[in-house]
Amino acid sequence: MIKRTLKTWLLWELVMGLALTGRYLFKKKITVQYPEERTWLSPRFRGLHALRRYENGEERCIACKLCEVTCPALAITIESEERDDGSRRTTRYDIDMTKCIFCGFCTEACPVDAIVETQEFEYASETREALYYTKDMLLDVGKRYEPQIASNIAADARYQ
Amino acid sequence: MIEIGFFYLFAGMAVFAALGVILSANTMYSAMWLILCFFNASGLFFLLDAEFLGIVLILIYVGAVMVLFMFVVMMLEVNQAQKREGWLNYLPVGGMIALILFVELVAASTSGIFSTGEMAMASHLGAEVNNTVEIGKILYTEYLLGFEIAAIILLVALVGAIVLTLRERKDAKYQDISKQVKVRKEDRLRKVSM
Amino acid sequence: MNLLDMALQVIIWAVEIVAVVLPLALAVAYTTYAERRIIGWMQVRQGCNRVGPWGLFQPLADGLKMFMKETIIPARSNKFLFVAAPVLSLMPAFLAYAVVPFGETSLFGHELHVMAIADLNVGILYVMAISSLAIYGILMAGWASNSKYALIGAIRATSQMISYEIAMGFSIVCVLILAGSLSLTDIVHAQAGGILHWYFIPLFPMFIVYFISGAAETNRSPFDLPEGEAELVAGFFVEYSGMWFAVFALAEYAAMILIALMTSILFMGGWNPPFEFLSFIPGTVWLLMKTSFFIFVFIWFRATFPRYRYDQLMRLGWKVFLPLAMGWVAVIGIFTYTPVLSDFIGFWQPWR
Repeated sequence: MIKRTLKTWLLWELVMGLALTGRYLFKKKITVQYPEERTWLSPRFRGLHALRRYENGEERCIACKLCEVTCPALAITIESEERDDGSRRTTRYDIDMTKCIFCGFCTEACPVDAIVETQEFEYASETREALYYTKDMLLDVGKRYEPQIASNIAADARYQ
Repeated sequence: MIEIGFFYLFAGMAVFAALGVILSANTMYSAMWLILCFFNASGLFFLLDAEFLGIVLILIYVGAVMVLFMFVVMMLEVNQAQKREGWLNYLPVGGMIALILFVELVAASTSGIFSTGEMAMASHLGAEVNNTVEIGKILYTEYLLGFEIAAIILLVALVGAIVLTLRERKDAKYQDISKQVKVRKEDRLRKVSM
Repeated sequence: MNLLDMALQVIIWAVEIVAVVLPLALAVAYTTYAERRIIGWMQVRQGCNRVGPWGLFQPLADGLKMFMKETIIPARSNKFLFVAAPVLSLMPAFLAYAVVPFGETSLFGHELHVMAIADLNVGILYVMAISSLAIYGILMAGWASNSKYALIGAIRATSQMISYEIAMGFSIVCVLILAGSLSLTDIVHAQAGGILHWYFIPLFPMFIVYFISGAAETNRSPFDLPEGEAELVAGFFVEYSGMWFAVFALAEYAAMILIALMTSILFMGGWNPPFEFLSFIPGTVWLLMKTSFFIFVFIWFRATFPRYRYDQLMRLGWKVFLPLAMGWVAVIGIFTYTPVLSDFIGFWQPWR
């Protein structure tokens, strides 16, 4: 009882709180200075989309449209036609990045690992048009990030 | 010379602000004008070297009383059209009060008490006379009884106001803050080893 | 006094005012910077460090941003009072600095000259009166915005400021009994002669009451209910944007610096050094050091304490601080006029 009264009037709890924040004032700061420093990214990181090709240059996508169906944000638009050699291929494969919610369902739905998400996340632009990715752009992203994509898939393979 | 100039400035502004109080349609503006009026009145006190009274006027009237006034005014929804309705009915009574006050003021100011002599000499005693100390001395010696009576009246009014507004309803739930504040983390928090 | 003398006097006044207001505006800007850095550090972050070296240009960048922003005046607001309110809150915040003595200097002639724009002999009352005027800016802002959040914020702010002013006043009365003067300069002189003469020793509870009431008076955390963003968005200045918003922030920080200054003058010996051998450091530096420390404590409070509930706040003001302060006035009074005890307290009372 006396101890409690003493604690109240000496503002003990407040002093303890101040001491705690006072200690933290001198702790090492954990801020990551973004443009110069970067955090580690998981192989499962879901960033910018990419369309992949086989090693012989043939595009993987077979226009099954599973990704279009599964996309919860209706961000993917696919049109397909029969190619000259009789295989089914896409004539149009667009992803509207302003709609995309980066859930990764398209990647999981794809039977041939054609559509994947890279670790790239710095593709901001000043116009909405630049965020509308067409098939050519997606294939280009795939070409640029193929080593990264392959290693990420390999790293994550045993959990699939 | 400067002093007379300032006197007319403060006095003129005070009269102007007082006119603003009664002539502005918006009650909020009236309150603002009244504040300006108080400021000018305190300016007049300053001219008389009564800086304690001047400051206290601002501190009490502007800093506390007018704030409460404004509180009330803010809460009221004043209907402008309705306010003008009974204008003629109130005119005779209001006019009479105004007339009586006017006559009183003229009579007092022409009676000669305020013109020369002691009253006017009260100011400018120099820097060595601290009027805060003087007011304190005179309040606690010569006018002690009146001062104490005023204090008691104020205290009674204070208690009365609290009694009038403080009511505990049986059907309402209240929080006992002292109980809440007394709680320590030991009362609520239990360490469990898992 | 001829015309030339008058002109000279006006120029001196102008220089004095500029010499107070400019550093004050700068101090306000860098208090916001210090606040962001210190709270950042206490939360194991860096705080703003991007604009300029160590982020030192951040306040300027913020000011520029505020200046470029559009001022929006709500259509159904009372336009005149809406625009007048920020000015009404800034004016008293700056006006109060007119009587604050920043130190003494022998630069102008042989006598010691007090560095204040006006060394009023009721200085402490003046500061209290002027800082109580800050309520009107807030009240006007809340009412003129014609918004329920702003109105509730204004009402909270006003009742809070009125309540804590009383406790503050009584804690100042204790200082007045010890110093025997209403003049800020005399109060500082009464505390001359080392740290043992400073008033925070006999008046320690009042020192705490004054400082905490000061935090409540300036709507600082943990008493920042008027702008409680959880329930009132931003309180009385919800509707303000751009420059007018910046003016409110300016007024708030100026008031906070004033409270820090007044605490150092009333309880921490003003420009007196704590020990005699340290008197080679100018008094103004001491005063500013003490003030900076109290500003730091304000920021420290903000980083540490969660916000009070409103009924708890009122309880603290009326049921704890007010009786405590009044009781301490009685204690000091009894000590002063009881024969044996008065020797005891006479140590702090140079007017005996």
